[in-house]
Amino acid sequence: MIALADELIRWDWVFSHGQEIWSRFVQHVELTVIAVGVGLLISFPLAIVAHRHRFLYTPIAWFTGLLYTIPSIALFVILLPITGLSYTTAEIGLVSYTLLILIRNTVVGLSGVPEDVKEAARGMGYTQRELLWRVELPLALPAIMAGIRIAVVSTIGLVTVAALIGRGGLGQFILEGLQTFFNTEILLGAVLSVALALAADAALLGAQRVLTPWSRTGGPRTRPFIPWKKPGFPIG
Amino acid sequence: MISLEGVSKQFRGSRRLAVSNLSLEISEGETVVLVGPSGCGKTTTMRMINRLIEPSAGTILVDGKDVMKQDPVILRRGIGYVIQSIGLLPHRTVAQNIATVPKLADWDDRRIDARVDELMETFGLDPELKDRYPSELSGGQRQRVGVARALAVDPPVMLMDEPFAAVDPIVRARLQDEFLGIQERLRKTIVFVTHDIDEAIKMADRIAILNIGGILEQYAPPEEILRAPANAFVEDFVGAERGLKRLALIKVAEIGVEEGPVVDREASSEEALRVMEKFGYDWATVVDEGRLLGWVDRGSLDGRPSLADVPPRRFSAYVTADSSLREALDAIVTNQTNVAVVAGDGDRYLGILTVERISQEIVSS
Repeated sequence: MIALADELIRWDWVFSHGQEIWSRFVQHVELTVIAVGVGLLISFPLAIVAHRHRFLYTPIAWFTGLLYTIPSIALFVILLPITGLSYTTAEIGLVSYTLLILIRNTVVGLSGVPEDVKEAARGMGYTQRELLWRVELPLALPAIMAGIRIAVVSTIGLVTVAALIGRGGLGQFILEGLQTFFNTEILLGAVLSVALALAADAALLGAQRVLTPWSRTGGPRTRPFIPWKKPGFPIG
Repeated sequence: MISLEGVSKQFRGSRRLAVSNLSLEISEGETVVLVGPSGCGKTTTMRMINRLIEPSAGTILVDGKDVMKQDPVILRRGIGYVIQSIGLLPHRTVAQNIATVPKLADWDDRRIDARVDELMETFGLDPELKDRYPSELSGGQRQRVGVARALAVDPPVMLMDEPFAAVDPIVRARLQDEFLGIQERLRKTIVFVTHDIDEAIKMADRIAILNIGGILEQYAPPEEILRAPANAFVEDFVGAERGLKRLALIKVAEIGVEEGPVVDREASSEEALRVMEKFGYDWATVVDEGRLLGWVDRGSLDGRPSLADVPPRRFSAYVTADSSLREALDAIVTNQTNVAVVAGDGDRYLGILTVERISQEIVSS
């Protein structure tokens, strides 16, 4: 796709488009933050319900798994007649891809809380609610944070696809570059979104370290659920 | 203080009763150990007291109040609880773990800090450990923190489910001794669960021996259980060496000492020989103004006019009035003299103890 005749990158173009680069970068961050934020708002209560009532976990996981398997381009196209070329269309798609990851990791984290710790806490007179907020959730935090990191990184990647409906942040550069055979834009969009993903991941990892000082000393660990590392999951 | 009246428990989906019509009276300040093989319902019984398990039938009173008529959360906050795996909160420091129940009970910070410091000192925990996380502690330290945490709001009742089982035997023995010392002062009402009869004998004021299905076979002080097991099950469960185990429970002071051959270090050899003759031994204890020095035998006196010329040999072991008969027996078999010498405060010579005397005590009672 890259037109070989062109030089790889034209710095003069980059420097003359500073304003546009910044606004698309900000849009990219906004789309990601809103998607993961709304994803958390939806998935958090669902995960807690699924943790409390095990029989609900299968249908919740099945439904969010189904959402996860819909190819993103197809989802945006399906939503177009309903919500149009809008932020809403982009966010519905982005949010639905975070749900499976966030719910699975929260449930995995909650069920990884050692039974003896819960037993001792109940025996000392914790109420159900205190047990959840003061024991189970703090101990599930490493797994929940792992889920958030995966969701953020994959959402940053997916935002570029939303360029198709005109709400793609840095993805707009990639799309325009492809349409005009302009390497500089393609590279700019790709490099910046990868850099954003790496930076966000590092920042979240740092936040997790600060929030869970005990987990550095060899406390209980649970492995995060990463959909594309499980068999049977097509890549979204 | 705690009273179980006709308590039964049948778990859902099980045809057998886990606990069958169990009645048990536990007095204030008493340590009662529930002991029995696995499946005897000892843990189930204990967990019904703080309602982690609800009884299917019968009544449980704690301090005269029916536990089923109380809010389980309030009930549990007033009862110390220690489990085998301790279950320290991994995301809380040692100080925060100990402060768990005071925090739930809304104590102010200064009071909590003072209580944490006090408990850490009581349990021999270095103040440096306060800000450590449980994963950074040794097994023994974790057990101490677990017991300290259970005592945080000074509850009158403690439930302890194999609290010392997760550590090696040497640490366990030390923790048991420490806890006995602490209990000596605190006089809590304790329900203690173990499968280890030796631990039961060591810790209990009274032992309740349970059979499979939560059937009470005998409820008596350890000494009585060893001396007069109620039936074949108890006898079998208590196991071999009943006599030896009993010896561990009787103090030297309780059976009294015998007079033995004793001479002053200034005495003449002639006198020493006369003393040996009188008691029928060929050795005598040497004392200095009543203080224990050692012993001399007939052979070492040959050709020496006075004991002052004979350096007394040291006893390899001697016992005090507070020692158990088991320790006395140990001293007897390790000493060449075949008796245990009993010393009081400041190594004051009190007398001797022989195998015959100990055996007589065991047989007669």
